[in-house]
Amino acid sequence: MGMRRVAIVGAGMTKFVRRAQETGKELAFEAAKMALDSCELTLKDVDCVSLGTAPDAFDGVHMKGEYLSDGAGGWRKPVMRPYVGGGTGVFNAIHGWFHVASGLFDVCLVVAEEKMSSCYPHPAGAFLTIFDHTTEQPLKPNLIWIFALEMRRYMETYGISHKDIALVSVKNKKNAMDNPCAQIPEEITVEDVLNSEVLADPVHRLDISPTTDGAAALVLVSEHLAKKITDKPVWLDGVGWNVDTAYWATRDLSYPKYVEKAARMAYDMAGIKEPSKEIQVAEPYDPFDYKELHHMEGLQLCGKGEAPRLIAEGVTARDGNLPTCPSGGLLGVGNPIAASGAMKICEIFWQLRGEAGKRQVPGKPKVGLAQAWGDLMQVGTVVVMRV
Amino acid sequence: MNNKKIDFKGIALKSSDIKEKKVLTTSWKPNLQYAWDNGVAISRYFKELKNGKIIAKKCNKCGRIMIPPRMFCELCFRPTDEWVYVKDTGVINTFSISYVHWDASRIKEGEKPFIPAVIEIDGASEGMGILHVLGEVDPEDVKSGMRVKAVWKLPEERIGAITDIKYFKPE
Repeated sequence: MGMRRVAIVGAGMTKFVRRAQETGKELAFEAAKMALDSCELTLKDVDCVSLGTAPDAFDGVHMKGEYLSDGAGGWRKPVMRPYVGGGTGVFNAIHGWFHVASGLFDVCLVVAEEKMSSCYPHPAGAFLTIFDHTTEQPLKPNLIWIFALEMRRYMETYGISHKDIALVSVKNKKNAMDNPCAQIPEEITVEDVLNSEVLADPVHRLDISPTTDGAAALVLVSEHLAKKITDKPVWLDGVGWNVDTAYWATRDLSYPKYVEKAARMAYDMAGIKEPSKEIQVAEPYDPFDYKELHHMEGLQLCGKGEAPRLIAEGVTARDGNLPTCPSGGLLGVGNPIAASGAMKICEIFWQLRGEAGKRQVPGKPKVGLAQAWGDLMQVGTVVVMRV
Repeated sequence: MNNKKIDFKGIALKSSDIKEKKVLTTSWKPNLQYAWDNGVAISRYFKELKNGKIIAKKCNKCGRIMIPPRMFCELCFRPTDEWVYVKDTGVINTFSISYVHWDASRIKEGEKPFIPAVIEIDGASEGMGILHVLGEVDPEDVKSGMRVKAVWKLPEERIGAITDIKYFKPE
């Protein structure tokens, strides 16, 4: 294909918290500096920056990419800001991949940041304007509505119960107890999820990830530099992304076809033939508990409607055959929109290098996957990583 | 590098830190207003809603009768063809019972929950749904697959908006 192989050689993130004293720019700096320090590079070594951050409406800062750029190491460098809502964290790393794979640059600093707490009384209010302004917004929709509508369609199509789905929240919040950056690590039960406040049935309070401030960053380099910088490069061997129609009420909500298309693009590039056997550790996007299951199916990690069985049998537990969200996921670590997907790539980076500490999955995994999802429930972004 | 040795950055604030002014914040309440043009397709759609009718648009290439109507077919990527009236009845594809407002504030004591639903409109192509809300029904009686009918505002109250349909109720 004429593309160069690209490696991740450094990763960094801040703690994920409900409200950080730091500004978005300061959070971006902390994550970016940690990523550079981790591979002993300095800003001088950086050729370009890819900066991911989601709606300006959260911050009330218009053109916040420009506002954040100093904190992201963008001073007098080529900087680009990709944006696909919640899918941004992974899409941003894909942009970093373009920069290096194309041969245009050798070192790309990939920084993702979100500070949601500035918008009050609740940042959910900022989501009103993602709905169609003439045909939907006058009905005063809450963002949770579309998740509730999709979750019910998923449950009814495959005969899945809320109990089956709640296991995801239980697993991920527990995994987060071993994550020093986690916002809501907790040991809870399925009953706790089912008994938590009903927000928009079938969605309860504990089915949802929190709102979060935080940042995460990666250092991407070309193959010839990777081997000089580290003896443990993690190769970004497959990238894929896809967007479905914004007429979301006309889609089959039970299955994310666009996630399948994004995954197949990444698998083809990485030479993955049987994802359910070849992917050894995965971070599917889990802003809601049912989404982890929905996405596992779209990612071809199991058949349609089969993901609940995998979690029930412990296959996706940290010590199972296919651990999912060993980080604690968005449900446990937190969900700073654009930074969430970047956190997932950081986690797979640490897992494949055997550096995940108490979160380390057994069996020395060699192939991992991170996925994010967003826009108006219509974009899938996927990366396949290898050591 | 091992996660255990890292001093991760990020200072978590509590609400009391702000209330007690332990940290300083700056506030702004913008007064922004927007007037959106409805466009060509939705202007006709709304004009028909004002008359108490629902109109869709057909693509003669793929044969889809689309609602909400659109001037171009996003699949065939060509201009759509004729306008087609569809019915004001349909089937619930999926629904929710919502206890939160758009801004995440909770509904008040005595306030009825919202019942948003995706409704597949009769006469449009299969799977063509719109977002609307249900009324005149107990939340526990709502089921996917249930047939529903539009409840319109009085003609003199209609303004040419999606809310000219007050809600859908069981047929």
